[in-house]
Amino acid sequence: MFWTATRRVLRSGFVSFYRNSVISIAAILVVTITLLVIGSLLMTRAVMGYSLNQIRDKVDVNVYFNTTAPEERITELKRSLEALPEVRAVEYVSREQALEDFRVRHESDYLTLQALEELGENPLGAVLNIKAKEPSQYESIAKFLGGYSALVPDAPNIIDKVNYFQNKEVIERLTSIIAAGQKLGVAVTLVLIFISIVIVFNTIRLIIYISREEISVMKLVGASDIYIRGPFMVEGVIYGVFSTFLTMLIFWPMTYWLGANATNFLGGLNLYQYYLSNFFELTLVLLGAGAVLGVISAYLAVRKYLNT
Amino acid sequence: MIYYDKVSKVYPNAVALDSVSLSISEGEFLSVVGPSGAGKTTLLKLLLAEEYPTEGSVSFESVDIHKLSNGALTRFRRRIGVVFQDFRLLPGKTAYENIAFAMEASGKTDEEIAADVPHVLELVDLGEKLYNFPHQLSGGEKQRAAIARAIINQPDVIIADEPTGNLDPVSTHEVVQILKKINDLGTTIILSTHNKGVIDSLGRRVITLERGKIIRDDKEGKYVL
Repeated sequence: MFWTATRRVLRSGFVSFYRNSVISIAAILVVTITLLVIGSLLMTRAVMGYSLNQIRDKVDVNVYFNTTAPEERITELKRSLEALPEVRAVEYVSREQALEDFRVRHESDYLTLQALEELGENPLGAVLNIKAKEPSQYESIAKFLGGYSALVPDAPNIIDKVNYFQNKEVIERLTSIIAAGQKLGVAVTLVLIFISIVIVFNTIRLIIYISREEISVMKLVGASDIYIRGPFMVEGVIYGVFSTFLTMLIFWPMTYWLGANATNFLGGLNLYQYYLSNFFELTLVLLGAGAVLGVISAYLAVRKYLNT
Repeated sequence: MIYYDKVSKVYPNAVALDSVSLSISEGEFLSVVGPSGAGKTTLLKLLLAEEYPTEGSVSFESVDIHKLSNGALTRFRRRIGVVFQDFRLLPGKTAYENIAFAMEASGKTDEEIAADVPHVLELVDLGEKLYNFPHQLSGGEKQRAAIARAIINQPDVIIADEPTGNLDPVSTHEVVQILKKINDLGTTIILSTHNKGVIDSLGRRVITLERGKIIRDDKEGKYVL
């Protein structure tokens, strides 16, 4: 009995979807627009996350050592830094490497290179590049470094300077921009998704409004609530499925174009690559959103006429 | 079988029924007449639990139908067939599907549906129009399809609310003949109508409503206003 009823509800939903093709197409278009919004938001978030990560990655704190600092003590400091929970990575640049980097950086600056030659010896100290897990944690790392010399009072100070204090303002500003960016992203996403849901819900409500007479007749004929409601919910799912495929189809040329023309503008993230590598996840999310929206809208819209 | 006990129905600006008591026994063919606004449709809607009484109660086989749960109400409605003046067929379904829907709703098997639907459509002379949609049928054909839907589940009662109101004389005659035939097979019929010819040709019990009250109840009535 259960399977017979399920089969009948499914068939009825499909038949009605097919016979009311004009209405079905209209509904699919509206749901598609909603899914386009949701999909675009997902991609925007990916782009934003990617750019923010890039910015975050550019932020670090550098510890410059005296030229006389012995390597064991630097490695020792590196180890204790790595033990800090805030620290993501510490990169050690030896004196020789620092010199090499300097040479490469000033390749075309003949004067500087000549001055370096004349100096005869390597004027550069070793460097530790420290990356924190979160930009807000640089302060505590800097504090740790500030206190480090005090921890080993007898030994001569090996740290020449820590550039956090010069970069402090920039780092703090970046931190707040990143935090604000994320908050704004969440807020915009929520608002747009809310608007989309309202639009889809009202469209489906209008479609069911057209059928309100039918619903009352079905009730009088003795159909149970689920038997009346079921086909509308099935139609809601079909709208979601078709809209998902349509949306993914529209995204294809769109991301292809953006990937080819706007990758730099989008902070280096190739959206076409993103589209291809996240195809199934995107499809699943949109399918879920579309189908759930369709079903819930239909459920609520029919309820109104079942209770009268 | 059906008993209206001092039923009143008051709408915000009008009294549709005023303390009406009425009993209808099994197998009866009852016609309800009266001018527009006399309360005929309200009387029938109360029996379907489409409306709730302001006072009094309506019982079917000694059960107050306005106290039924949602599920019990659905099952109760399957025992009643309804025919409306405006047919109320499902526009998105063919004649066949309209009738099959009533059977599906009451949980009949596919085999029963396949066997009974063509048969009942044959009975109301729509054997040729199984797969026509309502908009492809004439008024008389629509009403016959609606009757087929009303009788398909072999209900105990058929409620026909001005079923001939939109029909030409020939279709009216056909519809009345069908209702008579169904009544002869033992189904209780409650018919509301404006049509004098219909009432006079039936020669069955007639109640006359006026301003929400029963003013006549004749065993073999004629249309008198």
